[in-house]
Amino acid sequence: MSNKTSETVTDRPQRKPGSQIIVDTLIEQGADVIFGYLGGVVLPLFDKLYDAPIKFIIPRHEQGGCHMADAYARATGKVGVVIATSGPGATNLTTGLANAMMDSVPIVAITGQVRTDLIGNDAFQEADTTGITRPITKHNEIVKDPSLLAQTIREAFYIASTGRPGPVLIDIPVDMQTTEIEVEPPTKIRLPGYRIREQGHARQISAAAQAINDAQRPVLYIGGGVIAANAAEELRSVAKKANVPVTMTLMGLGSLDQNDPLSLDMLGMHGTAYANYAVQECDLLIAVGSRFDDRVTGKLKTFAPHAKIIHIDVDPASISKNVRVDIPVVGSAKYILTEMEKELVHRDRTEWFKRINDWKKRHPLRYDTNAGTIKPQYVIEEIYRQTHGDAVVVTGVGQHQMWTAQFYKFKRPRQFITSGGLGTMGFGLPAAIGAQIACPNEIVIDIDGDSSFNMTMNELCTAVQYELPVKVCLINNNFMGMVRQWQHLFYGQRYSCSSLQNPDFAKVAEAFGAVGFTVKDKAQVPDAVKKMLAEKRPCVVDFHVDKEENVWPMVASGKSLHEMDGLDIFEMA
Amino acid sequence: MKHIISALVLNKPGVLAHVAGMFAARAFNIDSLAVGRTDDPSLSRMTIVVVGDDRVVEQVRKQLAKIVTIVKVQDFVGHDMVARDLMLITVSCPGDKRAEIQALIEMFNAKVVDISPKSVMVEVAGPETKIEAFIDSCRPYGIKNVVRTGTVAMARYGRTQAENQ
Ligand SMILES: Cc1cc2nc3c(=O)[nH]c(=O)nc-3n(C[C@H](O)[C@H](O)[C@H](O)COP(=O)(O)OP(=O)(O)OC[C@H]3O[C@@H](n4cnc5c(N)ncnc54)[C@H](O)[C@@H]3O)c2cc1C
Ligand SMILES: Cc1ncc(C[n+]2csc(CCOP(=O)(O)OP(=O)(O)O)c2C)c(N)n1
Ligand SMILES: [Mg+2]
Repeated sequence: MSNKTSETVTDRPQRKPGSQIIVDTLIEQGADVIFGYLGGVVLPLFDKLYDAPIKFIIPRHEQGGCHMADAYARATGKVGVVIATSGPGATNLTTGLANAMMDSVPIVAITGQVRTDLIGNDAFQEADTTGITRPITKHNEIVKDPSLLAQTIREAFYIASTGRPGPVLIDIPVDMQTTEIEVEPPTKIRLPGYRIREQGHARQISAAAQAINDAQRPVLYIGGGVIAANAAEELRSVAKKANVPVTMTLMGLGSLDQNDPLSLDMLGMHGTAYANYAVQECDLLIAVGSRFDDRVTGKLKTFAPHAKIIHIDVDPASISKNVRVDIPVVGSAKYILTEMEKELVHRDRTEWFKRINDWKKRHPLRYDTNAGTIKPQYVIEEIYRQTHGDAVVVTGVGQHQMWTAQFYKFKRPRQFITSGGLGTMGFGLPAAIGAQIACPNEIVIDIDGDSSFNMTMNELCTAVQYELPVKVCLINNNFMGMVRQWQHLFYGQRYSCSSLQNPDFAKVAEAFGAVGFTVKDKAQVPDAVKKMLAEKRPCVVDFHVDKEENVWPMVASGKSLHEMDGLDIFEMA
Repeated sequence: MKHIISALVLNKPGVLAHVAGMFAARAFNIDSLAVGRTDDPSLSRMTIVVVGDDRVVEQVRKQLAKIVTIVKVQDFVGHDMVARDLMLITVSCPGDKRAEIQALIEMFNAKVVDISPKSVMVEVAGPETKIEAFIDSCRPYGIKNVVRTGTVAMARYGRTQAENQ
């Protein structure tokens, strides 16, 4: 590290420029990878990063950088770090921040800002970054006193990673980076307005356990909070001990191995029939780290109509936000599941499982396997088969995302990385890059849509530059498929503006220095997947799939969860 | 139903914007909002009056508590408390109405704070109902201007103070 040497007087405390303090504190907080993009007011910071023992990844757009940090955080459970310059750099981060906010992902974003004496003067590349990002961050702060730099960064990591995780942004004017200050030892974090309750109320935990023991037809409804809490093991123990079936939200997939007989797979708008029926008929719904999103509940009035509801969540504001909860338990899933398990007893629930298994038999997920075209579900099943269900899977947003959630059976937490709450098209490729950096030894596959990929495919450059063997598997229907599906169902098949002219994606990949090929014939799918998996360079496989395939089942908006369309559509198959 | 929510917040720039933005983003309605310093220079007090059913107000309270720069939030519903508004009101006051208006001012325990040939400025403090009643009583004479602080409130027996420690 390049410390100032000239004027150091031995007994005086060490003095360093703010930029060095920032870098030192980032290292102290465990940041070993940082994503970010340059600009005038972060040059002092980048100068110090030059010598730092930190792997630095430069995306091709700050949004990409933020998604990379996001996926890095989701894949590792650590805090993702992203840096951008003021003005346009900061505004380019906003989609990424909002995405992380909605899915509760811990990120620390550092933005440069114009000199403090220029703030408010419409200076060059000035934007009110804290003002713009306030509603899309868990917390943000502008530093106007260099002696507060280190502590503000420490607090940012603490806030981002504790309680309900989320993105925290620190806006740092360039003069804070250049001013020399004395290095102070870390002080205790004191945030009088930030309190988190990790341990649930003992009486509530007992009440929850009692209700589970008493229930005839319970269902565990598991969300992203279980993954955030690293509580998959505890969940498994609870489900096994009490013998309760488990359904997972899009964000919760991987909490329980989907090959486990207790798994009901995903619930909700495009969830399985057996999960949705089970929720509608259960007498006890045990929500853990899930937030009763409208994609999950369907019509609220008739959601789980016979059920008593237990809600375990670390964020009190999540509880009773959308549904009335009978037994609220505020605290971390890990702690509460551990405590609760001690009071649970095994119940056979033969009738309940008989009913569930009957639904499973009658309404498995299916598609037309005899079709002459490439069905999107077939491609995903083939990827699943050839990766033995072990790959880290990332998606864009749309139909392909739902088919991935349905047809790839996830085994472990942090294996499936997708944009759930914001539904950000373009998340796929940058997220795959972030995940590949987090998991260099895993196979990382971005199962993407053609329109989603179009939004951020410039990040192929990044994958090539850093020699990341990410695989992009395009479910290319030449449509904004999910939009087309809605136009098909609700707008009389008037496909207004929902098809784009796509490039030849294989050629695009090659131009970027990646590998690309196109698959138009169903018979070629297995070999293409094999070739893709063997490829050591970034690779794009463009599967030309059936253009007008729809995602089933589907609970149309305003419908109750058991009113699914499309259950009988493949009876012929 | 009307709820008076009291929030102790860090005295930092952006906190008010955060609160206002959160209310707008979540479609909560603010009836009134009063902000002022406390005896501790690092803290300010916001008193927010919101109208909504219990579930909405419960969300308001929880969402406020989530904001990192908000130290403490209390909903005064069901608490024994004192709530006051302060109003400055300018009323037309021709010579022949002076006595009448003077009587009204005395009746409301209000105070004349400025006077001009044709009007008086009156300071009224008290519960919101009293303020409203005073406004209604002034209408016949002609109201020229009204400025109100919004409600401030405190639980009795110094309860809020004790809980803040
Ligand atoms: C096109 C599209 C279709 C979709 N369709 C569906 C669908 O059919 N089914 C579906 O499920 N989703 C679907 N989604 C996703 C949906 O929009 C939501 O993102 C998702 O349902 C939310 O998941 P969750 O409830 O697990 O909450 P998350 O967003 O994962 O929130 C986590 C919750 O856990 C809490 N938490 C965090 N940490 C902890 C902790 N340590 N301990 C305890 N609690 C904690 C948080 O406070 C929060 O309440 C779809 C999305 C898209 C884009
Ligand atoms: C940034 C952004 N813009 C618009 C949307 C609305 N939207 C949701 S799905 C979708 C179409 C996605 O098309 P594609 O990526 O090709 O996936 P497909 O549904 O065809 O599998 C659109 C436009 C969105 N989710 N995100
Ligand atoms: Mg498409």
